[in-house]
Amino acid sequence: MDYTPLFLSLQLAGVTTFFLLLFAAPLAYILVFHPMRGITFIESLVGLPLVLPPTVFGFFLLILMGPDGVVGRLHQTALGTPLIFTFGGIVIAAMLHGIPYAVQPLKTTFSKLDRRLLESAAVLGCSRTSSFFRVVLPNSLPGIASAAILCFAHTMGEFGVILMVGGSIPGETRVASIAVYEYVEAMRYSEAWQLSIALLVVSYLILLAVNLLERKNNAA
Amino acid sequence: MLLEANIHKTLAHFTLNIQFSCPAGNLLCLTGPSGSGKTTLIRILAGLDSPDSGSIRLGQKLLYDSNKSICLEPRKRKLGYVFQEASLFPHLRVRENVAFACNNSTRIDGLLDLLGISHLGDKKPAHISGGERQRVAFAQALAANPELLLLDEPFSALDIQTRHSLQQRFLDIKKELQIPIVLITHDLREATLLSDQVIAIEDGLINTGWLHNCREFVPPERLTEPRYISSKIHETADCLR
Repeated sequence: MDYTPLFLSLQLAGVTTFFLLLFAAPLAYILVFHPMRGITFIESLVGLPLVLPPTVFGFFLLILMGPDGVVGRLHQTALGTPLIFTFGGIVIAAMLHGIPYAVQPLKTTFSKLDRRLLESAAVLGCSRTSSFFRVVLPNSLPGIASAAILCFAHTMGEFGVILMVGGSIPGETRVASIAVYEYVEAMRYSEAWQLSIALLVVSYLILLAVNLLERKNNAA
Repeated sequence: MLLEANIHKTLAHFTLNIQFSCPAGNLLCLTGPSGSGKTTLIRILAGLDSPDSGSIRLGQKLLYDSNKSICLEPRKRKLGYVFQEASLFPHLRVRENVAFACNNSTRIDGLLDLLGISHLGDKKPAHISGGERQRVAFAQALAANPELLLLDEPFSALDIQTRHSLQQRFLDIKKELQIPIVLITHDLREATLLSDQVIAIEDGLINTGWLHNCREFVPPERLTEPRYISSKIHETADCLR
């Protein structure tokens, strides 16, 4: 049994979660504490992956990141390699599709923060950026951990977007969910079973971690 | 350093229309019924809320001026602010809280000593009492060497003994500080004990009449005369003369 697709899924989920949080945490901070004009348009844009079918979302990304797309051409010019059908390409696709799964829980966490802490920080001479690092992040660690686990879990189960942008290149873009689909199509049920059970165990462990974390937070 | 404020802001039920000044070393007390605009006023001084028009000047520094479109951010106003209930950073220890805006360890040690909280340095705010938290909040506000100190009912949530002890400690600190201090309180005895000037605010306006009802508590020489008085308040003031 080849477990490469499972390891690739874990690798994709890890990298995507890391970069997604770097992007989503400041975005959620701005959305909650410093909303500017036109913020509703940004919020609606952020929520798009929740309502668009993954294949449609993936199709747009395919066009954008393809050899004739703006992003694809920029990548080709800068690095000399195409973006689609690569691991980097599916990381970007998974990140964009996972934005609401990171931003929403982070927004909820930040909204619960006592605003007087930020006012105190401002009065004590903290800039907005400094407040984010010195006050918001340290007081939101459990929420950030929950968001990270949710992103990780969502990326582990990603299928449509990855298939559209990455195809199914073994060792590069053929993640566990795609491998299971292909095993079933080829009537190789034994492999499909094994990989599915492995995915089930990993997914259950992730959910268990989320629930334990939430229980710990509520107790605190 | 003189604090001069001329503030206009339309609120839900009335218009805040206040003008006052407070010299360095003086403590100006704002009092009046709940919901009269005191906290809004002090938040405007801090830059946490914006007025509709007017100006706020601290010495040579213009904190706010609607005509010149100047509105300094709170972090640039160089002030200390003690909230009604101390809002210390829960993830930091007492010493780290005080050091939040100050890197001078000698000054931090001095403030911890002055406020009698040196022994709490390694504790988190959740593990100290309300009175101790308020002392830490004072130390935090003073650590950055503020040019203006704003106190929003800092003693109100404390029991009588702790309140008296902290008030006495604050009187010592006040002597050392040569900056304008603005204090909100509902306790007129506290106002008399700590302040050099008292302003009563009712429905957004300075209303000395409100204080005349409490004359036994506040000596008349400390009352700041009204500058914006509605006709009704004029009548009340005339009757009381």
